[in-house]
Amino acid sequence: MRGWGRAAAAAMAGLFLVLLPPAPAGAQTVRWAAAGDPNTMDPHSQNVGTVTMMLQQIYDPLIQRNADLSLRPGLATAWEQVQPTRWRFTLRQGVRFHEGEPFTAEDVVFSILRAQQPTSNFNIYVDSIERVEKLDDHTVEIVTKVADPILPNKLASVFVMSKSWAERNNAARPQNTRAREEMATVRQANGTGAFRLAQREPDVRTVLRRNAGWYGWTEPGVQQGNVAELVFRPISSDATRVAALLSGEVDFVLDPPLQDLNRLRGAPNIRVLEGPEVRSIFIAMDVFRDELLYSDVRGRNPFKDLRVRQALYHAIDIQAIHRTTMRGFSVPTGTFFPPQVNGYSEAEDVRLPFDPNRARALLAEAGYPNGFGVTLDCPNNRYINDEQICQAIAAMWTRVGVRTQVKAQPLAPFFAQIQRDDTSIYLLGWGVPTLDALYSFQSLLATRNGAQGDGIWNYGRYSNPRMDELVERMKTQSGEARMAAIREALRLYREDVPHIPLHHQMIPWAMRQNINIPHAANNQPYWRYARVD
Amino acid sequence: MFAFILSRVLQALPVMLAVALIAFAMFAYVGDPVAIMLGQDYTQAQRDALVQSLGLDQPFFVQFGKFVLNAVQGEFGLSYRLSRPVIELIAERAPATLELALTAALLALLVGVPMGVYTGLYRNSWLSRFFLTFSLIGVSLPTFLIGILLILTFSVWLGWLPSFGRGDTVALGWWNTGFLTVSGLKALILPSITLGLFQLTLIMRLVRAEMLEVLRTDYIKFARARGLTNRAVHFGHALKNTLVPVITITGLQLGAIIAFAIVTETVFQWPGMGLLFIQSVGAADIPVMAAYLILIAALFVAINLIVDLLYYAVDPRLRISGGKGGH
Amino acid sequence: MQAVRNFFDSDIWWSFTRNPVTVISAIVAFICVAGAVLAPWIAPHDPFDLASLQLMDAFKPPVWEAEGDPNYLLGTDDQGRDVLSAIMYGARVSLLVGFCAVVLSVTIGVAAGLTAGYLGGTVDAVLMRIADIKLTFPTILIALLIDGITRAALPRDVHDQVALYVVIFAIGISNWPSFARTVRGSTMVERNKEYVQAARVIGLGRWRIMRSHVLPNVLGPVLVIATLQLGFAILAEATLSFLGVGVPPTQPSLGTLIRIGNDFLFSGEWWITIFPGVALIVLVLSVNLLGDWLRDALNPKLR
Repeated sequence: MRGWGRAAAAAMAGLFLVLLPPAPAGAQTVRWAAAGDPNTMDPHSQNVGTVTMMLQQIYDPLIQRNADLSLRPGLATAWEQVQPTRWRFTLRQGVRFHEGEPFTAEDVVFSILRAQQPTSNFNIYVDSIERVEKLDDHTVEIVTKVADPILPNKLASVFVMSKSWAERNNAARPQNTRAREEMATVRQANGTGAFRLAQREPDVRTVLRRNAGWYGWTEPGVQQGNVAELVFRPISSDATRVAALLSGEVDFVLDPPLQDLNRLRGAPNIRVLEGPEVRSIFIAMDVFRDELLYSDVRGRNPFKDLRVRQALYHAIDIQAIHRTTMRGFSVPTGTFFPPQVNGYSEAEDVRLPFDPNRARALLAEAGYPNGFGVTLDCPNNRYINDEQICQAIAAMWTRVGVRTQVKAQPLAPFFAQIQRDDTSIYLLGWGVPTLDALYSFQSLLATRNGAQGDGIWNYGRYSNPRMDELVERMKTQSGEARMAAIREALRLYREDVPHIPLHHQMIPWAMRQNINIPHAANNQPYWRYARVD
Repeated sequence: MFAFILSRVLQALPVMLAVALIAFAMFAYVGDPVAIMLGQDYTQAQRDALVQSLGLDQPFFVQFGKFVLNAVQGEFGLSYRLSRPVIELIAERAPATLELALTAALLALLVGVPMGVYTGLYRNSWLSRFFLTFSLIGVSLPTFLIGILLILTFSVWLGWLPSFGRGDTVALGWWNTGFLTVSGLKALILPSITLGLFQLTLIMRLVRAEMLEVLRTDYIKFARARGLTNRAVHFGHALKNTLVPVITITGLQLGAIIAFAIVTETVFQWPGMGLLFIQSVGAADIPVMAAYLILIAALFVAINLIVDLLYYAVDPRLRISGGKGGH
Repeated sequence: MQAVRNFFDSDIWWSFTRNPVTVISAIVAFICVAGAVLAPWIAPHDPFDLASLQLMDAFKPPVWEAEGDPNYLLGTDDQGRDVLSAIMYGARVSLLVGFCAVVLSVTIGVAAGLTAGYLGGTVDAVLMRIADIKLTFPTILIALLIDGITRAALPRDVHDQVALYVVIFAIGISNWPSFARTVRGSTMVERNKEYVQAARVIGLGRWRIMRSHVLPNVLGPVLVIATLQLGFAILAEATLSFLGVGVPPTQPSLGTLIRIGNDFLFSGEWWITIFPGVALIVLVLSVNLLGDWLRDALNPKLR
């Protein structure tokens, strides 16, 4: 048998193990894990947290964020609004990409155009940009279609890649995940960031090494950063991920399961860091079709009736979900973005009370005295306890007569499905990387009209002319007028019930005691600010 | 000999063609590749152009022929999920699965055969009874539960062994081996026990049954009558005669081990073909599933062929009858 | 059914009563089966009735623990579902799948074995070659493939509705060769016996002879294999459900319960996964012990 030869070879090799050089371990290697693996390394293809958490270590935007999410200079050292629709950015000099290309204004122009391509999923950050002008090698000016007061916030999410590298590698436009394209950027990355991509095996491991030449290492607030190597491994099973941390095989878990936090807190050498996340969980529904795809109601769409939406809202016992399903790790809310976001108003953050009788009455009033049946679409590995939340809600709705079947699936097929509008009602979580309310209103509630960024995540196809008007005002106005528009839109959100809001997520990170990393409310570990003792 | 091999290969051909047909049917009809590639907005002209460029307007057998031709060259297209050539993905994962399967098979053989011989020879000793009880439990415990229990005990409670992954690997050309590093060998222990336990109990029970049968034959009685020592009878004659079925079963079980590796790899997050396959089933990633199906079928056919040849080498009677019968 | 009667008249019954392990496993198996079959009538709660679930009752420990609730003997899961009732209903699904799969295997296997053994020649060669090929492909792989294909081919709500049958078919279709081989062997022996020859001489048709003369004589070994296969089929279903590709989540089997409970393994709510696991092991072990005993009892050489 061939196995014998192999075993003998292995035994022989075992003898030489001591002679092999030790792994480049040491205190500064951090092994971290999360449930999901980034599905591409393309900086402008997939705007999802699992991809960004890796790419933001490798690529720099013009403007970076501190761990408290405030802005700091990145590839641009200074920026100013020279005219209402014109911003000037002074670029950092002497920066090189990981593969040696010098960083110039050309790369900025190229990257912004690339992010505007139809195959990009980052349109929303560059939708207001009319054109980018290169003044000289280290100055660019961005001309916006209308005055865009939050452009710097948006640009903090747009990674800059090398024009010459992208063109050389046939990656001048973002990878189109729908068309099953293979491009260099699926597996390779070449940024200017604090870490360079050293090894990438999808689903297995991603290794990043410290970019010693990174300009930021000497800046205040970053000097303590001493991580030399980052080894990321996706571990999809909750139990295995926790076991790996407890047994010391990984140093950091981005998404420890809530049910295991007590045990982790009690374990020696392990620390749990917790904080709010800028992400809100809600339920959205098809309010467009005349007949729902996945319901037993024929000839009409119950969700078009405000009373039905209110009834489903009244039926949810959010405190029970908060206590039991979320084990206290949530902030129940009546709106769809948290207080850290510009435009948040406590006065509008009021829930419809939990009232099953009122829910039954509203359903009867709307013409559904016996309720109806519907399928609730739900991811099962995207948000904290997403499937469990859906199941709890299904039980609550069923109790008031809306017989709910939960269809839970992994995030890839789930998103593929709802992005085809192939759903009747679904659970979604929404983070706000720009920390401004416009991002939420524009993506989730604006009418999908072909304009860049409008309604691109509005899969229930909610459409209200007044809301669209307010979104337009948020895009162009500034100061008090803008805040007034946001406040009115929030009021409209409460009255119109386009979503059933649930809660803002709280996020725990679990790590070994020797790791010091500031908690970030966007759930992005900034390893450049981390210190390992 | 040559005629025997030829007849076996000829028998394998229709199997492979049938498997290829299933895989092709998945490819061509199940996923609707056109709809997937076009996305949401397209015109009829775009659709027609794509259908033509993919060759989907050609007769069924032309398409199938092309598919087989591509498959023979290892060309299975791009994974829907990871946007990379399927064959590359599988080639990356194959070493992990094969190393795990071989270790598990070795473990099953090296422990299972002695246990089987012992329980066959000393039917009523308490150790035999213990082994038999143990084997029944081994057969009744689902693989995934064994894996979970081992992780709980050896990784979480005792902290001796890793609970997931392959540890560090060393690249020997395109083959990434975990045999050459301490962490790689340690990572191999729990998964290979999990995977091998079922086969171990199977081999043990098989060897025991065969020993019992053989010890009852006239041939053994005759050997005893000739005054041969127990040792010579047991190991020189009895064990040798049990080897034929053991070889067959072990060979055939190698296929089962590779298939059950799917479960073990899921529990231990072992980055092999099984984990790739299960992730692909979850995401309806047809190209990966089709390629895995064809490759596994090819592997099984090859294993069968080797087992047949070994059989042929070990059992002289088969040579006389020209390879027919044998069951 | 003469064969069945003979079976109980024989000394097998005697050997059964003599062996305490066998008696115990028979009793345990009976309790498991009864609990599962009668679940809708005797289970304390209906885990499928969403309207009866109270999130407030989630994570209650078993009744003997400090915070136990006498309403929930073995505690509740993360949705407030009664673990005992879930196990009873889950065992029902597991047994249903296992039993139907074995019946399917027996039907195909016996038909193929009788045909091959009685007719011989080319039919025999072809059928047995198919069985050979089938045997080399492990159950779990075939089941996964069949599930994967139907999952991709059918719209998801249709797939959810037929998932149970898909699993039964997938497991049943992969186990028939072991029956076919045994039946074929016995048939070949029986075929040449005098009474069959005699039946042929008096002009009875082939199928009639097979059904009324050959079939009863091969039922014993078939029963043994069927018992052992039942254990395998239940395990195969549990494995598929554990991988998340088995029965639909709306009809959780023991495997599904273990998969869900697995998330609570380290959190202290051990009862959610341990009890379904124990139920599965006890069920399969008792069935296997019975099968083992049956095989030894029917094999005179080993007595």
